[in-house]
Amino acid sequence: MISLTSPIETRAHRWPAGWKLGALCLASTGLFLTDSLAVHLVALLLALALYAAPGRIFLRAGLRGLRVALPFAAVLIVWHAATGDLRAGVLITLRMVTLIALANLVTMTTGLEDLVELVRRLTAPLRRLGLPTYPLETAIPLVIRFTPVLVAHAETLALAWRARSRHRPGWRLVLPLTLRALDDADRVGEALRARGGPIGISQQE
Amino acid sequence: MEHNIARIALFAAMIAALGLVPQITLGFGVPITAQSLGVMLAGAVLGARRGAAAVGLFILLVALGLPLLAGGRGGLGVFVSPTAGFALGFPVAAFATGLFVERVRLPLAGLRAGLGAVFGGIVVLYLLGAAGLALVTGKSLGEAFALVAVFIPGDLLKAAITGMLVQALSKVRPETLAWHRGVAGAGDRRL
Repeated sequence: MISLTSPIETRAHRWPAGWKLGALCLASTGLFLTDSLAVHLVALLLALALYAAPGRIFLRAGLRGLRVALPFAAVLIVWHAATGDLRAGVLITLRMVTLIALANLVTMTTGLEDLVELVRRLTAPLRRLGLPTYPLETAIPLVIRFTPVLVAHAETLALAWRARSRHRPGWRLVLPLTLRALDDADRVGEALRARGGPIGISQQE
Repeated sequence: MEHNIARIALFAAMIAALGLVPQITLGFGVPITAQSLGVMLAGAVLGARRGAAAVGLFILLVALGLPLLAGGRGGLGVFVSPTAGFALGFPVAAFATGLFVERVRLPLAGLRAGLGAVFGGIVVLYLLGAAGLALVTGKSLGEAFALVAVFIPGDLLKAAITGMLVQALSKVRPETLAWHRGVAGAGDRRL
């Protein structure tokens, strides 16, 4: 399964995930505390500079991640221009784009294993309270493993449909896909039980 | 226990697959992705708690940086973008859908699931989605709602499809619907 982590190794890849997430929270909160246009502009330029630092390929991948904000930015600017409050529109747009840019930056520079480990550490208090977190730790790899399996199955179903019909395949494929997911779940459940239960159950008890 | 974990995980994977396979779009002029159909199905098939767990797991993996949202989107940026309310509202929508099918007694399983999907996947989800959009863009709730209302017809269609799928499921696999006529209810509620 491909993750959104950038394959280009940056220095930030080696920083601890918790620190990056903490910094992200601080920066985001900070932007909400100020209404200064200059501060927001500087923040956005800083974020873009961070994108540009590892090179052109990294910058291009980063800008692609910001494209989702474009239609909203356009609507906001037009809306505020129409109501005569352009300054507020520019401010909100700048803040929105900067927040998305910074958050994506953390995603691009943090590996999946680091984040899963972070989740494990963040859920530690729950374990201390006696709440088991091993269902979560078992379920995460299962989803990662079975998403490509179900995608492949859906594509097979679509091919089978196309071989028999001139119409496009559509929502009718969802029922066989659901049945496949339920059947796979039964088998996986049995396999888990046969192997002694979910990961970590032995350490928990 | 094992079976609950497996079902929750496999449904999370199915929601991802529904958003990633271009062939399963609900084309009626404009292609509509089937991802929110997966959210409605999770609630309607698994029930409130396990449905919300499946969708929550899916959203957690999106937050961890897997490009599982329709169109290959993912990462932390999703949760500060204008559509954050919808992403965070997905698990709540599945919970509400599940709560509806578990509590409201109607003779037809499909009707129950379809109405449940309207309640969870449209009423609850759009409230949260519009609230998120209002927060991010600094608009009022009404203005934000006007912006997202164009997607409601597509989601009404998905709710209807959820109803049809669950109706078919109640025929071919009645035991998978824990809330349906009380079958398979016993011993299935530990998670």
